[in-house]
Order: sequence, then structure tokens, then C-alpha cells
Amino acid sequence: MSDIELLSVIERYLNGEMSADERARFEMLRHDNPTVDSRVIEHQQFTEKLKQYGERVEFEGLLNAIHAEIDVQALKEEFVHHPSLIVRIWRNHHSKISLAASIAIFAVLSTLFFTGYLKTQANQSEVIALSSKLAKVENSANKLKQQTDKLIKIVGAGKIDQSKYTPSGTGFAISADGYIVTAMHVTNDADSLTIQNANGDAYHVKQVYADPNTDLAVLKIVDPSFKTLGTLPYGFKKRADVGENVFTIGYPLDDMVYDRGYLSSAAGSNGDTVRYRVAIKASNGNSGSPLLDANGNIIGIINSKQGQAADAPAYAIKSKYLYRALTAMAAESSTKKISLNSKNVLASMSPDQQVARMQKYIFNVKVSNK
Amino acid sequence: MNNNTSISAPTDNEAILGILNNSESMLKRIYIAYFPMVLQLIISNNGNEDEAKDIYQEAIIVLYNKVKSGNFELSSKLKTYIYSICRRLWLKRLSQMSRYGGDIHDFQEYLPVDEDLVSHEERDIQFSKMEGALSELGEPCRTIIEDFYIKNRSMQEICEKFGYTNADNAKTQKYKCLQRLKKLFFQQK
Repeated sequence: MSDIELLSVIERYLNGEMSADERARFEMLRHDNPTVDSRVIEHQQFTEKLKQYGERVEFEGLLNAIHAEIDVQALKEEFVHHPSLIVRIWRNHHSKISLAASIAIFAVLSTLFFTGYLKTQANQSEVIALSSKLAKVENSANKLKQQTDKLIKIVGAGKIDQSKYTPSGTGFAISADGYIVTAMHVTNDADSLTIQNANGDAYHVKQVYADPNTDLAVLKIVDPSFKTLGTLPYGFKKRADVGENVFTIGYPLDDMVYDRGYLSSAAGSNGDTVRYRVAIKASNGNSGSPLLDANGNIIGIINSKQGQAADAPAYAIKSKYLYRALTAMAAESSTKKISLNSKNVLASMSPDQQVARMQKYIFNVKVSNK
Repeated sequence: MNNNTSISAPTDNEAILGILNNSESMLKRIYIAYFPMVLQLIISNNGNEDEAKDIYQEAIIVLYNKVKSGNFELSSKLKTYIYSICRRLWLKRLSQMSRYGGDIHDFQEYLPVDEDLVSHEERDIQFSKMEGALSELGEPCRTIIEDFYIKNRSMQEICEKFGYTNADNAKTQKYKCLQRLKKLFFQQK
């Protein structure tokens, strides 16, 4: 019996298609022949699996057909929890909302930061403290610089760095020990003062007296290197007459300038009795220049002029106010009063000789305002 | 559609009787009655409606096999049983997909159903192997095998359908196809 025939016999047996006789004979064969028996069992099990497979496929088809009738979406709507509008908006847009909120917070913080709102009071006082510290540091640096400047000056035997000083006016010595007179408006507001004569001698000076009523100022040479100016060649005279020839030496520019004219009035502008009116060429830098008579006596100190025109009249503070100023200064500082020299050696000299003798004592006053 | 969903749930006794009698209408009533519960379970636990369908249908198959094998005891409600099976199947699916967060949001009480699922898994493996073997078998073998062994068609019908001139040719063909299918089946993993 071939395998094919055996299979069809087994199938007929399993399907119950055999007659009772045939069935009995096959069962005998199956009983006697284990190979046939195992073939029967094996075939039975395998076809059972095939049937189960078929049943399941059919059943799944049935289930799918039923499932297709269910409105799953409607059911889903029921179960998907229906959150409130706000929650739904949050769920749908939370990334956008978060981003917007971050930007808003960032914007607020950066605005507060840049407007300085976030700085606390403590910080502010710290800033103030820092700035005052900074000012202190600056001050001490400046002091150091000044000291260094002085040292340089000592080492350099009287050389002063002139570059930071601006020529402002003229001054002249009133005593051998270093007192200089100038106009107060020349030195006012100056932080630091130097004077320099035509010989190139330069000194640091400080203002020791100033009278706003007369516009007179007295300076003193404070350089440690300074010893003495020597005897002054000119004298001082309280009186002067209208019509007298006068001359002046000053520093309207960087260089010393000599000029002469005449005393045109005993009174200044608008009945001013403090000053003379002088017909003489004068410029801004002439403020503080000595006004001398032909004999070389100082009768006044030039301090202003009428307008800016070149030939406009100048005004000179009368010398008697210098005497008064020195008296006041001595009282104020309780020092010995400076006595002004009344003799002079210039009387018989020609103007060029007079200038040559005087130039050492006439200074260009330079100021530094930082 | 809506009148279908409004069909009232069968009593458990009705349901079991219906299953044993292969009643399609009862299958439908059962299916419609308990699907929403399972849908809720799956959707509330990281699943979607398609996964709910798969899990639910698998559970119905488990229920049918259990009832038909005569092992179903009405010690619990049918509803609880279906829920428990689905819950177990879904937990397994979640861990396979690495989507299981360690916690499941429950809506019903549930039973331990691991034993039922062991026998189900065995059947499931056999089913998959047969499915794989048949798909590799090719035509006309697949149709011949399905017609004869599953659809219980006679050899006469098969001869006519495939135009075999005599029954012996058909027999030989069927034999060869069956041998190949067995070979493929046991090769399946």
C-alpha cells in the first residue's frame, strides 16, 4: 500500500466513511502495526490544527464584521475624558503657551535688569562708596603726581613742565623774598599756578591774598629751590598825575611785551576811583602788569580795558590800593607786613635799560585748571 | 448602528449557552456589550482604539475556547472575566512595546487569569505556525488543502474545481500538498 493510498484510507477511517467490516479490519491493522497507528494519530492531530486554524480565521472574520458595526469613535468620545475648555486649550497649546510665558518672563526680567530696578539699595550705596573710593584714589594719584612734579622740579633744578599750564596774565615781584602781585581775575579758579620770567626762571606759586573789590591778588613763590629774587630795581609810588608818561611790561602773549602811553584820567570808567584810565595798548594777558612812570616807579596794576578794540583805553588799579591790600593781608595772616620799596635804580635809565633790568621781576602767570 | 449598541447585555447564562450553541447573534450581543469597557481600559492606559480591538477580540477567542472546552465556571461574572483577560493581555502588550509605566489605571475588579492565557498562548503559537505554513505553501496547494480539510469539500468538488481528469491525480496532488504543508509547519518557529 502506497503512502497515498494509506492516507486516503486513514482519511476515510477518520471521517467515518468506512463500513463496519472495513473499519474493524483497519482497526486490527492499526493495532498490529504501530507505524500505521502513529500515522493515524499524527494525521488526526495535524488536521485538527488545520481545522482550528480555519475556525479561528472564520471566527475572526465574524468578530471583525461585528466590530465594523460599532461606532468606535462615538464610544471613544465618551471615554476620553472631556476636560474643561481651559484644560483642552492647555493640552492643545501648552508648548506655545509655555514658550510665550518664557518670553514674557524673560522680557520682564531683562527690562527690570536694564532699567536697573533689580539693583538693591545696598548695591547703590556700594556704587556710591566705590565712586568715592575712586575719587580718593584719583586724589591720591594726583597728589602723587604733584609730589612727583615737585621732585622732578627739584632734580631738574627749577624746570617746570609748562605744557599743562596756560598763560593767563602777568605778575611782578613786590619783594625780594618771592611775593608777586597780579590781578585776582588772572589767578582766580586756578588749581595750580606757576610763574616764569623772560630769563626762563619758573616757580610754583600759591595765592596768599586776594581782594575781589580791587581785583588784586598776592602770590608767593613756594618752590623749595627758590631763595631770593634780589633787590627790586623799581620802586612804588602812591601818586601819579594825569598826563604822565607811563610804560608797562607784560605778557599779552607768550613773550614779554613793552609798551608805553600816558595816564589819561585819575578815574576809571563811570567814576571808578580805584583805577586810573590809561592810554596804552593792552591785551588780556596784560592783566596784572605793572604800570610805571617814566622814572620806574610802579603807580598801578593794569587789570582791564574798555572793550576789545586795539586802541581802547586800559584801566590800572591805583598803587595805593596795593598798599592797603598788603596792610590787610598782614592783618589777616598775622605775618609781618611787606614794606614796598620806595627807591628805584631805573630813574636815569633809557627804556631799553629799564626793561633789561626789570625783566627778571616781571612774570608770565600761568594757570592750570586740570 | 446605534440600535446595535443599545442591545442589552445578555445574562451570563444566556451568553454561555449562546457560545456553546455557536450562536452568532449571541456573539454579537456579547461583543457589543463589553467592548466599551475594554475600550475604556485600553485608551486610559496608553492605547488606541485599534489596539483595544485587537486585545478585545483576542479575549473573546480566549473566552470561547474556555467555554467550549467546558472549563468555564460561573464563579465570576462574565464581565469580570473578560476585563481580567484584556487587562492581562494589555499589560503583556505594553511591556512588549516598552510602554508600561508600572501602573495601570483600572475600572473594574479583576481575577488572576494566567492559567487560561498559558493554554491560549499555546493555541496562538499553533495558529501562527499554521498561518505561516499556509502562506508559504502557494497555490493551488493552499486552496486544495483549505477546501478539503477546513471547508470539508469532497474530492469530487476539488477535481471539478481544478480540472483534474481523474480522482487519482487529485489525490496525488492533495497528498503532495499535505506533505509539503507538514514540512513547512514544522519548520515554522
